[in-house]
Amino acid sequence: MTTLDRTAVPRRGNADRVKKGLVSGKFTALLILLPPALILFSLFVILPLADAVYYSGFSWNGYGAPSDFVGAQNYQRLLDHSVFHTALWNTAKLILVSLLIQMPLALGLALLVYRKTPTNTLFRLVFFLPYILAEVAAGLIWSFVFDGDYGITSSLLHAMGQESVYVLADHQWAFPAIMTVIVWKYFGFHMMIYIAALQGVPKDLVEAAKLEGAKPRQVALFVQIPLIKHAIVVSGFFAIIGSLQIFDIIIPMTNGGPSNSTHTIVTYLYSFGLSRLNIGFGSAAAVVLFVLAIGIAFFYQRTTGKGSKA
Amino acid sequence: MKSITTRNTLRVIILIVVASVVIGPLLAAFFGGFKGNSELRTNPLWLPDSWDAGNYIGILMDGNFWRYLGNSFFISLMTVFLTLVVGAAAAYVFSQIRFFGAKMILSYLLLGLMFPFAAAILPLFIKVRDLGLLDTYWAVILPQTAFGLSLAILLFKAFFDQLPKELFEAAYVDGCSYLRFFWSFTLPLSTPILATVGVFVFVQSWNNFLLPLVVLNDRSIYTWPLGMMQFQGEYLTQWNMILAFVTLTIIPAVIFFLAAQKYIVAGLTGGSVKG
Repeated sequence: MTTLDRTAVPRRGNADRVKKGLVSGKFTALLILLPPALILFSLFVILPLADAVYYSGFSWNGYGAPSDFVGAQNYQRLLDHSVFHTALWNTAKLILVSLLIQMPLALGLALLVYRKTPTNTLFRLVFFLPYILAEVAAGLIWSFVFDGDYGITSSLLHAMGQESVYVLADHQWAFPAIMTVIVWKYFGFHMMIYIAALQGVPKDLVEAAKLEGAKPRQVALFVQIPLIKHAIVVSGFFAIIGSLQIFDIIIPMTNGGPSNSTHTIVTYLYSFGLSRLNIGFGSAAAVVLFVLAIGIAFFYQRTTGKGSKA
Repeated sequence: MKSITTRNTLRVIILIVVASVVIGPLLAAFFGGFKGNSELRTNPLWLPDSWDAGNYIGILMDGNFWRYLGNSFFISLMTVFLTLVVGAAAAYVFSQIRFFGAKMILSYLLLGLMFPFAAAILPLFIKVRDLGLLDTYWAVILPQTAFGLSLAILLFKAFFDQLPKELFEAAYVDGCSYLRFFWSFTLPLSTPILATVGVFVFVQSWNNFLLPLVVLNDRSIYTWPLGMMQFQGEYLTQWNMILAFVTLTIIPAVIFFLAAQKYIVAGLTGGSVKG
């Protein structure tokens, strides 16, 4: 995908080319079509990220110009804050659950429904449905499911003769409940990536393996999965970067509670940075998030040896 | 060795179990919206005793509900429009015009693929405030567009690169300028990718929560996820009302999904398959 010159202008002198460019509107096109993207992207993506680094050196409530320079103090406070440790650990747990439970589940289901039949299409649609729902809506529905007075979990427990549990108010259960919802919400996305890849595996390879007497499980393990390795690597990348940014689902479910036990990096920087207008402190958390994302992206590319653009 | 039918039965059983776990909570929400709060307590999961649509009708009669949806719709539509126009224009430049620094500028614009949006949220709040855009639609539209540009440009460029070169050569000989070619040939020929990116951007904008939460404070401009959280705050434990509200917001999403699923899936897998 190299950028080739499509103009088919024969090689001539520079002056000639400039003239040609003016006539064909090459420069006009360049000057009209490119700047909007550059300006928007620089103003609302690059500049804010650079600002975050700058702000993180100040103690600042967001009003007036930042003037109270505190050096690395915000980072020091972050490292000393036990809630931030919890947030980091929770984020790590989300990554692990996504990689070790969600992705294998998605892969297994993809192998069950990748063939193009009407029933398979139906199941695929159903499995993919949670992905397109808004996280907030999914979070609210599940907080009903887990509600101690009304919820489905508590009525199941009642049916088994147990006391009802206020899952989301319980230190031990709140985060596992959130992880369950994350798997529920996103496994369909990974499944779709695998299905697209599985449909690209040449049929004769699978047939040949079957003729050789391979069982379906062996075909999956030794033919299909190795051949879609690229898709698995890409979906793993999405899983990690996505897990780092989990926010929407937590807010309606626990809002970081009980007693700050279910924060992720993003809910942490929202609650302790933005809500309390500690812009400097919150920016330090944002920089940590940013460095983690970039660091993991590079490390991931290195170890898997794949380009993971997109 | 298991026979084919046993294997298939097992497969279907697994699929049905997973499907019930996926659909169960959604159906419970739908049914719950018809129930009274006391019935909900004893029967959270199954069909309601009587189909009393009062909760639903109450919400539908409330102007706020429609205002939230309208706000979200306008913001999403504008985000799609801007992303398509700005993204396609930039991608066209990289695909058609060779110029000094093209590679570097393209890599710069694609950096956004790696950047977590949330890391920029505090400075974005400050920037939007300093620009005087707080509590306006643009506070959501512009940052959303900017963060969607990288993926849009990547997908557009891949598509434009595959358009037949002969077309441009012929038009060029006939004296067609780059700008006109973009407008009269590239864009009309690219409807599949425009639709894919458009649908994908629309869904993301429609569901966005963090950005509107930070930059919108005025209730009259709330998007529906904010309105829903507001509603939940007002009705706290009246789960039947909350479930009715959630269901009403989910229904358009599901309908849209069924209508546009081809494009949604293409948008999701498009980037990864190329990689």
